[in-house]
Parts: sequence; structure tokens; C-alpha cells
Amino acid sequence: MAIDITQFHETFFEESFEGLDIMESGLLNLDTGAADNDTVNSIFRAAHSIKGGSATFGFTEVAEFTHGMETLLDEMRDGSRDVTQTSVDALLQSVDCLREMLAASRDKTPIDTERAAVLKGELEAILASGTNGSTSESTHQEPATPSSESSASHEGWMIKFKPHHDMLRTGNDPVRMFRELGELGELSVVVDISQLPVLDDLDPEESYLSWELTLKSNVEIEKVKEIFEWVEDECDFVISEIKGEATEDSAKENITASIAEGEAASSTPTKPVNAKPATGAKTSASTDSASIRVSIDKVDALINMVGELVITQSMIGQLDCDFDDFDNSRMEKLRDGLTLLERNTRELQESVMRIRMLPISFAFNRFPRMVHDLCQKLDKKIELKTTGEQTELDKTVMEKIGDPLVHLVRNSIDHGIEMPEERLAANKPESGTIELNAFHKGGNIIIEIKDDGAGFNKDRIKEKAIERGLIASDEHLSDDKIYDLIFQPGFSTAEQLSDISGRGVGMDVVKRNIRELGGSIDVTSEEGNGTTFTIRLPLTLAILDGQLVCVGDEIYITPLVSIVESLQIKEEFVNNIAGQTELYKVREDYIPIVRMHDMFGIDVERKGLEGGLLVVVEGDGKKAGLLVDELLGQQQVVIKSLETNYKRVDGVSGATILGDGTVALILDVDGLIDLSRNPPTAGNKPDNLAREVA
Amino acid sequence: MASILAVDDSASMRQMVSFALKNAGHDVVEAVDGVDGLKAAKANKVSLVITDVNMPNMDGIALIRELRGLPDYKFTPILMLTTESAPHKKQEGKDAGATGWIVKPFDPDQLLATINKVLG
Repeated sequence: MAIDITQFHETFFEESFEGLDIMESGLLNLDTGAADNDTVNSIFRAAHSIKGGSATFGFTEVAEFTHGMETLLDEMRDGSRDVTQTSVDALLQSVDCLREMLAASRDKTPIDTERAAVLKGELEAILASGTNGSTSESTHQEPATPSSESSASHEGWMIKFKPHHDMLRTGNDPVRMFRELGELGELSVVVDISQLPVLDDLDPEESYLSWELTLKSNVEIEKVKEIFEWVEDECDFVISEIKGEATEDSAKENITASIAEGEAASSTPTKPVNAKPATGAKTSASTDSASIRVSIDKVDALINMVGELVITQSMIGQLDCDFDDFDNSRMEKLRDGLTLLERNTRELQESVMRIRMLPISFAFNRFPRMVHDLCQKLDKKIELKTTGEQTELDKTVMEKIGDPLVHLVRNSIDHGIEMPEERLAANKPESGTIELNAFHKGGNIIIEIKDDGAGFNKDRIKEKAIERGLIASDEHLSDDKIYDLIFQPGFSTAEQLSDISGRGVGMDVVKRNIRELGGSIDVTSEEGNGTTFTIRLPLTLAILDGQLVCVGDEIYITPLVSIVESLQIKEEFVNNIAGQTELYKVREDYIPIVRMHDMFGIDVERKGLEGGLLVVVEGDGKKAGLLVDELLGQQQVVIKSLETNYKRVDGVSGATILGDGTVALILDVDGLIDLSRNPPTAGNKPDNLAREVA
Repeated sequence: MASILAVDDSASMRQMVSFALKNAGHDVVEAVDGVDGLKAAKANKVSLVITDVNMPNMDGIALIRELRGLPDYKFTPILMLTTESAPHKKQEGKDAGATGWIVKPFDPDQLLATINKVLG
């Protein structure tokens, strides 16, 4: 009955990668010299589990590699080896290597055996370098077996077996051993009851009997010993070979019993293993689909909500749909039911959304290691503090925010935090601090990356920007505008190139990636005191709070977050510049007017502006006024990708289906603002789309 | 068939042990560490315990010691899952009252063969 153990591989890999994370963070927290026992223990356990699992599931190379790590950790654990920086570093590298080996095993790609061999050598060298107490390992070795006379010519074995009084207390039943012996050949058993006390003195939990067993079989001695292996230390056990005629001359008053009857009768004979076919075995044959681990609470909440929904449904169902005598009281009930249904639906939606949410610790976890490694490389001293690790974020957002975060943290380590001597000279603590904070604010998640390093040098940023022609030399800029320059493509102020954060390449990419997630990034800095990057991300990518607006006969959805205000146009505030661009004066600001019907090629009767509605939106720090005909309601909409279903269109971020079944486009506010400044080329003009979709 | 308690902090091992046992017709109670295992053993009187040794919170050795202290588990077979690399663990386990051990790595067939021995 072979069970297909590949069905457990997915779980094995999942838990192994988790184990590696535990090892990594544990190793990073180890104070060399005075290691915390619990930490060492948890690291050891993780290694131990990975080794056990990989051996069980047939990943021999992984198991062999982990063995060295496990041995080293075991010695650290029992105190026979000090925790040194060398061993911690070797173990950290081994963790990396192991992670790759496991990933290769999972993806069925070749394992980089060379790297593994090098690291294995390093570990072995450390192991060979001797321990504190010189407890030689040989103490644990099995006692040498008396030169086994494994000549096949013997007729059988004579066994003297005398359990110690307390053998039964380990759950070992002599009957089991005799039964196993009986399976090896013809067995006769002679019991010695001479030690049996009188009934009053007898303790039923103790063993008083001893046996002489004669096994007629040509099996090897190991086979016989194996049966008694578990009770080796709990009995007197002598085994000798039977040569020629078996001598059965134990001349005491003995009771002879064949094992098949007598006292063994109390327990049922061995049954063959019930050979049921492995039904479930084919269920999860290496599925590659990404999985997500969901806490039971969330699933329970979901089930709970579905329950509520069913109750509501049955409540409405009871309203017997005979419309002829549909009186007021039933109308009332129907209305209640619908209110309830609305609430259930919303809560159900929220519960489902929460399934995709993961604590941000998934993204933060890699930083302790990164900070540790980079500090070593750069000879800096940095302490990493994280807060709000339990703040939850959509899985997709989480995956996409990883790289930008890495880039920002690297920048802080490389360019932000100064060298220890510089810090001391500036009256700051020798060790710098980088804080990663995550929290909810409004409908957003905020992630802060805060360092207490040197901060931005405004003059240098300006100089550089002028040098690169990003700003005019006489331009007067506010601090915010200056800091914003670092997000310009190709901008850098690093004095020295380094392979850690490059030379500022990427800050523009960071910003773009965050914007693609519907988020934004801001920076504040104080020279000498450090820099703070603030990333604002939407809770989820799947749902959006939208304002429905009407342009001609079309309905568009404007993300609520980007709407600043809506106002009715008064002609006297409209200004034309250069004959083309229309500007509208909102208090102190002049904002460009985007005529939506022109942009989307919709015929509107009214050509003038007077009396029209202007929805003032803000995106990427710029404002614009969208000219629409009517403001409809606000509602949550489920975002459907336009790209996957149709094609990318400038000015539109997606589409949704409204309650009445019609398709409405969701406006990409940033894109619209850009479009209003740089008119689109013919091919991608949104009006083509508006017609096609309509 | 028998009711069996399987204690292991590794989800994949637990899954495999549990699947193999269920497949052979046994009832399986799972627990993730010694504390959990002890609780499960008290709640369900099982006729065999299979436990891993290295576990957080309460390790297998301590679990065996605790179980042997319970009247219900005085003589119940308790098998521990050990590795070749830790022979001294076997002795510790025996001293705590383990019936025997199954050496990792093992496959489901070996597991079943061993537990059939002790279940009789």
C-alpha cells in the first residue's frame, strides 16, 4: 500500500521556508559569547525539522547539508561550543544556501552543489576545531556487538530473557516480542515463575517472570536482537546459538507454552495491514498555484457571515411573493430584509477581502538580515526597529512593495546613516537607528522608513538638479520641491558610488512602483537629524470607493480619495492662457480645466462652462478640475482590469460593472492630469475606447 | 482499529503520519507540541501515542514523562520519532518511559509496520 508522499511536499516546503526565516532572525538576534538558550534552541529545532523532513521526503542533498548545521547548533545548544561570530556567519550563509537548495528542490531545478560543498566544508572545519568540554562523541555509540557469528549454518537461537521489574511501565509487553519472534520461525517458550511472589505481595504492575525461548530459524542474530532493541536496558538478555540438537533440558518445574496459545491468547494475533487504496493521494499532485495561509479567525468570520446571509435570505423568502395583497407590513419586512442583506453583503465582502490580507511582517522580515549584512560590509553600526508588524496589507500590494522598501532601507543604510566616527563627532550615538513603522490611517496603510542619519543636504540636491538641467539655476524652490527632486530619473547625490544602493538610480522607479499600486511617497528631511520616507498605500487593490459622475450619457467613476472638492463653475473665475488652456481660479490656485466630453469624445449639447460642475481632483501633487455634467452617488466598486480584458488606455485605470449591469470606466486621475498637459496621440485616445465600450 | 495520538511540531510530518494511519483505518488525534499533546491525551484516551522529540513548549521526552504519570497512560505504548544523530535521546526517552522509537527518516510503510507491532 504505497502512499504517495509527494502530496506532503508542499507543506514541507512551506514549513521549511518558515523554519529558515526563524533560523535567520534567531541567528541575527544571537549575542555572540552570551547566547540566549531559547533562541539557540528554536534555531536548532528549525534545522532539525528541515533535516528530518528533507530526509523523509527524499531530498537527500538538503538533508545532508542540514546535518552539519544541526550538529553545530546542537553543540551550541548543549553548551559544549561557544557561539562565535564565525559560526553565526557560516550558519547565516548556510541558511541562504539551504533556502536556494529548497527552492531548487521545489521547482525541480538543479541544486548548486558547489556552493553547498564549500559551505559544508566551512561548517565541518568549525566542527573540527574542537569544543569547550572535550566530550568525545563516541560515548554515545552503541556498544560493540559481540562478534556476530552470522554463519548461516546454525539451527536457531536460544534466548534467555528476564525483564526487570519495571519493564511493563514503558508499555513494552513481552507477548509482543514473542509474537514477533514467532514470525521468524518455530518458537517454543518456557516460562520461569520461580520469582513470582505470593498473591499478597504481588504488585500487578511489575514483572516477575523470566523466559527461555528457543527459536528454530536460520535468521541472523541482528533480526532477533532488533526485536528486543527497545528493552535492551530493561531486561537481562542472553542470546546463544543452537548447535546440533537443541537442548531443552531446563530441569525446573516449568510450564511449557506455545506462543499461539496460553497467555498470549489474551491479545489478538497480528493482522495484516488493512490494505485500503490510498484514495486521497492524488488530490494535490504538485500544484504550482500560489497559496495563502489564512488564520482560522478569518475563515470563521467568513462562515459566520455566510450563515447570516442564509438567515436573511430565508427571512425574505418567507415574504410569500403574492403581490396582489402585498400590504404595508410586508413591505416593511421586505425593506428590513433588504437593509439586512445590504449589511450582510458588505460584511461578507470585507471578510473575503481580509483573506487576502497578510501582516506586513512578511515584508519587514527580511530587513534585520539585510541591515546586519550591510553593516558588516560598510563597518557601520545600525539598529533596526520595527513597529506595527501586524498591520495587514493586501497580498499583491505586499509583493509589490517589497522591492521599493528594500531600496529605501538600503539607501538609508548606505547614504543616510553616517560612519560611527562621524556620528560621534556630530554628538550623536555611535549606533544609528532605522525605524520601520507601519500603521493604518484613514483608508490607507502608512509605512514609514525613518533614519537618524545625516539628512538631505538641500544645497547639494539643488546643485545637482541644476547641473542635470532639472531646474533653472535661479529657480526658487520650497523644501518639499527640493526633496521631490530626488525622485527624478537619474538623480543622485551620493559622493561615492557603491554597489549597495547604486547611485540613486531607482528612486524614480520606487516612486513609479508605489504609484502603480495606487499609493504615494513623501519625504521629509532635516539636515543632521535624518530623513523620513512616508509611503501611503491603499488597503486593497480590488475595491475602490468611487464617486459616480455623468458626462453626456456616460457614467465614469472617480476614485474618492483623489477628489478634493466639487464646485459649480462661475464664468468670472475662468481664465484662458495662450488661447488654449483654460484655468479656473479656486481661491488662490489656478487649476487647469479638463473637459471630459472632449477628452472622451462625447457629444454634449452645452458648450459653455457656466453652470457646469467641476470636480477638483489631485494626483501626484498636481490638481485639475474635471468638467462633468452631473454628480451621481458614491459607491464601492469592484475593479476589473481593462488591460487583461481589452487594452491599456491612458486616463483610465480600469472598469467596473454597475448595479444595472452597464460598464463604467474608472478614471486614472494622475493619467488624466498628464493627458491634459500633453494631449494624447491618436491611437490611444480615450474617445476611441469610449465608443467601443459603449 | 486503534485511536492514535500523533504529536509533531512539523506540519508535513504530522500530515504524513496522520494520513498513513488514517489510511490504515485508525482514528488519529493530532497535536502540535507537548503541551497540546498532553491536553489531547487527557481529552481522548488513545491506545497509542507517537511523538516527535524536539518540539517547542514541551518536548517529546517531557510529554512522555507527563503521560506516564497519568493513570490512563501507565502502560499505553508510546513511540518516539528520533533521528540517528541523537542516540542519547533514545536513552532519555526510555528513561522517561517510552516504549520504543521509530528512526527518522521513515516511510509510511515502516511506520505502519512498527505501530502494528505494538498494537498487536
